[in-house]
Amino acid sequence: MAGRTLYDKLWDAHVVADMGDGSTLLYVDRHLLQEVSTHQSFLALRDRDRPARRPDVNLAVPDHAVPSDGRSEALTGLAAAQVARLAENAHDFGLPHIALDDPRQGIVHVIGPEQGFTLPGITLACGDSHTSTHGAFGALAFGIGASDCATVLATQCIVQTRAKTMEVRIEGELPAWVGAKDLALYLIGRFGAGFGTGYAVEYRGEAVSAMSMAARMTLCNMTIEAGARIGLVAPDATTFAWVEGRPYAPQGDAFAAAVDYWRTLPSDADAVYDATLTVDVSNLAPQVTWGTNPQDAAAIGGCVPDPEAAPTEAAKAQQRRALDYMGLTACAALTDIAIDRVFIGSCTNGRIEDLREAAKVAAGRRVAPNVRALVVPGSTPVKHQAEAEGLDRIFRDAGFEWREAGCSMCVAMNEDRLTPGERCAATSNRNFEGRQGRGGRTHLMSPAMAAAAAVTGHLVDVRDLV
Amino acid sequence: MKPFTTLEAPALALIEDRIDTDVLFPARFLLIMEKDGLGRYLCYDRRFDAQDQPVDNPVDPALAAGAGIVLAGREFGCGSSREQAVWALAGAGITCVVAESFGEIFAANCLRNGVLAIRLGREAIGQLADAAAQGALSVDLPTQRVGRGDISIAFDIDAPAKERLLNGWDEIDTIMARATTDIDGFEAAQRRAQPWLY
Ligand code: SF4
Repeated sequence: MAGRTLYDKLWDAHVVADMGDGSTLLYVDRHLLQEVSTHQSFLALRDRDRPARRPDVNLAVPDHAVPSDGRSEALTGLAAAQVARLAENAHDFGLPHIALDDPRQGIVHVIGPEQGFTLPGITLACGDSHTSTHGAFGALAFGIGASDCATVLATQCIVQTRAKTMEVRIEGELPAWVGAKDLALYLIGRFGAGFGTGYAVEYRGEAVSAMSMAARMTLCNMTIEAGARIGLVAPDATTFAWVEGRPYAPQGDAFAAAVDYWRTLPSDADAVYDATLTVDVSNLAPQVTWGTNPQDAAAIGGCVPDPEAAPTEAAKAQQRRALDYMGLTACAALTDIAIDRVFIGSCTNGRIEDLREAAKVAAGRRVAPNVRALVVPGSTPVKHQAEAEGLDRIFRDAGFEWREAGCSMCVAMNEDRLTPGERCAATSNRNFEGRQGRGGRTHLMSPAMAAAAAVTGHLVDVRDLV
Repeated sequence: MKPFTTLEAPALALIEDRIDTDVLFPARFLLIMEKDGLGRYLCYDRRFDAQDQPVDNPVDPALAAGAGIVLAGREFGCGSSREQAVWALAGAGITCVVAESFGEIFAANCLRNGVLAIRLGREAIGQLADAAAQGALSVDLPTQRVGRGDISIAFDIDAPAKERLLNGWDEIDTIMARATTDIDGFEAAQRRAQPWLY
């Protein structure tokens, strides 16, 4: 029998029952909840008087709709109602809850790992597509809708069909100032936004082994933009060192026993994947997007594409539409694109490592006139850590605004949003039409690249600055 | 959940690739906590300008004509997991979406809400769009066919999805009826093997 992949092992370890119709009932070890996607789930339980099966394996936190320029006092209207509803639901169903003014608050995908709630070997679900982030720990983690959240709360299980497996081999060493975000955009740009559809994607190879947990999280986070619900990295010494000592992680002997188990998870040497992609990143350049889907990515030295050169009529129409929305002309140099706003943050790039990288570029420079730049830490602990390191001073001195933790301008559900036609260099994950505010135009890139855009006022290769 | 068996309705053709859930249901409306009545926000930014005035768009005329089906391109419903995208479709009367491929979470959400998601090739979708210009399309889930008049196109669907749609199962009831002992057993075994999870 051929060996098993990491995904196979995680799947096999969580099969509860065959549902008799070809689908499988899978056990869900951990469930994260945020304020925007769960109120209907709780209503579904309340309607039928159903309790939560295992309240203690849930963790609820407000992040999407919360203001970044002040805390509880700044919360008003519908956002206040949603945050209050989450607290009320958590209370009524007995779920652990991190309140808005709690020092542990932050974006659900940042605080899960931070608190050691995310562990290798587990299944983890959340009503949010970027739950793929947690796969960086070798956990089977995926986003679900509100109905499935209700199912998980009530039964601790979810009905799934098994995904195919894809290995993405990352060979070579990433050059200086080129990181996981560039790699993710490059992969989606090269293979298309649907390359992962139907697959659980496992990232492997020397560049992945060398990555920090923060970088692995960025890579797995962006996997949903490749169409795959699940992105995975096998747990290794880097993972274990990161998890050890975190509040929700097993401690002492229990940690040692857990590590013994976690070491059995990496794919067997003779495991067979349904598909394999291989890329060499030794010469990878920083990437930026020019269009309205993450696959519209190109190296910073390049140009906006010419729709007339696209291979099919459909592709031509799509590119014309994207350029029209983005207010760009074909064949313009990417470095000639001037920006109005900068957003550094999100579950993709709002961790301390990301802020350090951006601060290195911002240090001793000034945000360009006419540019408004926001730095929004991914969590309150990240904010405190950054302040302890003096990063907030660096940003403020350079003219960046230093904010409270949350999703902020990634999803524009609070006051931080683009106005129609405004152009933003963003470290988030989606450049969809209207994503950062109606009519707003988003260019995705790494934190270093966004900081470089902030100080020059246009898209630029960060390596020309540092 | 309402079962899905057959449907006869006009179709809204949105033959574009990667119509994401932010387009289907803009994020700012996620602050609304009701589930009913979301149909009016479907593709809102394509239907209304920044002053909330209606603009020329393909969606409104189709909805006014009673559209029950959407025809689209690749990766329909990709992006955010927001189930509001499906509730908005269903709220607007759309209970069947035909596309080349779907965002996976969106497809799962469709299934949980009795919305049939059909995958077909670009050519077949083009044929359906032409047929839909003449009048209503018919969808038959038991025989797995969609078309109009002489045009009748077979589609594939996973057996589990088909059964769920036809029966209109409540997922939680189904799981509890079939698997409560299995879940108890799983937890007991996992507690022994991985006590740190308990
Ligand atoms: S930061 Fe953006 S992508 Fe991440 S969870 Fe928040 S809204 Fe979603």
